[in-house]
Amino acid sequence: MVFTLFAAVIICTGAALEGDYYHEQLLTFIGIFTLLAVGLNMLMGYAGQISLGHAAFYGIGAYTTGALTVHLQWSPWASLPCALIMAGVIAYIVGKPTLKLSGYYLGMGTLGFGMIMHVLFREWTTITGGPNGLVGIPSLSLWGLDLSTGRNYLYVVWGCVLLTFFICDRLVNSRVGRALRAIHYSEQAASAVGVDTAKAKLQVFVFSAVVAALAGFLYAHMVMFISPGTFTFLASVKLVAMVVIGGMASIWGALLGATFLTLLPEHLSVFADYEMIIYGGILMGVMIFLPQGLTRGVLDIYEKFRAKRKGTVED
Amino acid sequence: MLQIRNLKCYYGGIRALSGVSLSVSRGELVALIGANGAGKSTLLQAICGLSSSWEGEILFDGKSLAGLKPPAIVARGVSMVPEGRLIFPPLSVLDNLKLGAYLRYRQRDHVGVSQDLEKILDLFPVLRERSKQNAGTLSGGEQQMLAVGRSLMANPKFLLLDEPSMGLAPLVVRKIFDTLVQLRETGLTILIVEQNAQAALEIADRGYVLETGRMVLAGEASQLLADKEVKRAYLGKDYSKFYEGRG
Ligand SMILES: Nc1ncnc2c1ncn2[C@@H]1O[C@H](COP(=O)(O)OP(=O)(O)OP(=O)(O)O)[C@@H](O)[C@H]1O
Ligand SMILES: [Mg+2]
Repeated sequence: MVFTLFAAVIICTGAALEGDYYHEQLLTFIGIFTLLAVGLNMLMGYAGQISLGHAAFYGIGAYTTGALTVHLQWSPWASLPCALIMAGVIAYIVGKPTLKLSGYYLGMGTLGFGMIMHVLFREWTTITGGPNGLVGIPSLSLWGLDLSTGRNYLYVVWGCVLLTFFICDRLVNSRVGRALRAIHYSEQAASAVGVDTAKAKLQVFVFSAVVAALAGFLYAHMVMFISPGTFTFLASVKLVAMVVIGGMASIWGALLGATFLTLLPEHLSVFADYEMIIYGGILMGVMIFLPQGLTRGVLDIYEKFRAKRKGTVED
Repeated sequence: MLQIRNLKCYYGGIRALSGVSLSVSRGELVALIGANGAGKSTLLQAICGLSSSWEGEILFDGKSLAGLKPPAIVARGVSMVPEGRLIFPPLSVLDNLKLGAYLRYRQRDHVGVSQDLEKILDLFPVLRERSKQNAGTLSGGEQQMLAVGRSLMANPKFLLLDEPSMGLAPLVVRKIFDTLVQLRETGLTILIVEQNAQAALEIADRGYVLETGRMVLAGEASQLLADKEVKRAYLGKDYSKFYEGRG
């Protein structure tokens, strides 16, 4: 029901914007960032884990499809699954060792990973085009229909958003979503009822990476040119900020956060100068109120309290 | 159903259990009593796979549980009501119950799960009234019922309870213990850990007494209730009078 309404809003907005190229493109960008934010939100808001290198998966999606279509002249539709699988496999490799432990390990792991990927995008010139970027990425078309026009591409992107929303909504209200929220509250208690916590966390991390890669794919075929500057640490921080602003553990919140942080620099030119400071401030808030940070802190106090209680009872 | 032989548990260098043996037969309700720090919770955690390092032997249905992770042990039919309940306060009562059936949802046993859900809501009508409410807003007694209900949602063969009477008024304790007796009649095997020795031994078939990591007494529940040592250490005259007045 909500989704039908949402789809109607998108179609109407698209129709209303006919010919208004600037706003069509802006709305398309909002869609791409919404995808990124909603994927990351599954990880942060529901499972209580953080990824500080999410722009890397965005970049993996973009560069995989870019390299395959530019260097090997693949059809974008053939490179799409490769881009998604690539991000999924890499997320699995990064997440497997770090998610076995509870705490900030995924945050630290992805922070390092994001930086390594950025260097790779910049330095692996033969594949990525280096600092100058990768030029000549083809636009999308399907059965002779040109998808690259402003309105069509807007529909493609928002169609993907709608589909992802739908999947996330199903996921959140299923066994998996309950397990994630349980893990968020207490891994130990979740594991006691039979949830394989490491596996559940890994699954949601891989999911969020695949969604980011989808966003990367859409981005690459929209602007038809990608460069390392798009997939920096700052971009990762911006994504985290979107999730936090929108409110964690809310699918629609991701839409809000993405919209807000995409529109803000458009309408507030001073914003560009203070971008880093603003995201930094938001991130600081995250660090302070971060779910597992809090849980960990409360657990520590609880353990201390328990030890004290045991001590006094036994005396 | 459950056989534990010479179980030793360590926390770093500290030994919490030093060679404990215990057995529970199918359909039995067994009580394990002991003071604070005796190692009761440690024993239950070892059975459920929540404790990393133990030595000895734990057999369930004749098969060893060594090296199994908690989900695998739940899948074999062992379900625990943990000490302090450990419900999920931000989740609704219904979601908490459904989480108990996590593995069964994975096996696509949706029909069985919804039947059990109805049964449990009948068993604890107050949970039905509160099903949409966040679990954190329940009273202590209701939370304990929720914890028991959540464990039952796994459709266990063997139910472990760690101090279910903790912090509850006698009337609520009575209600929960009555439920346990009812469950035993349906064929469920139960091991209950308690400091409230009187209440536990009254409903149990057999009992064990654990003291600083060692099993010091074992026998029929009625014998233990009459035992001088047990009376002195765990029942106390006033305490037993208190319960007689209400029984
Ligand atoms: N995580 C831990 N690290 C170190 N020592 C522990 C830990 N958990 C328990 N212990 C110690 O092991 C011993 C047994 O603890 P356990 O929790 O099993 O006792 P209990 O019989 O359940 O007590 P209570 O009735 O208070 O719950 C205690 O001396 C306790 O201090
Ligand atoms: Mg205990």
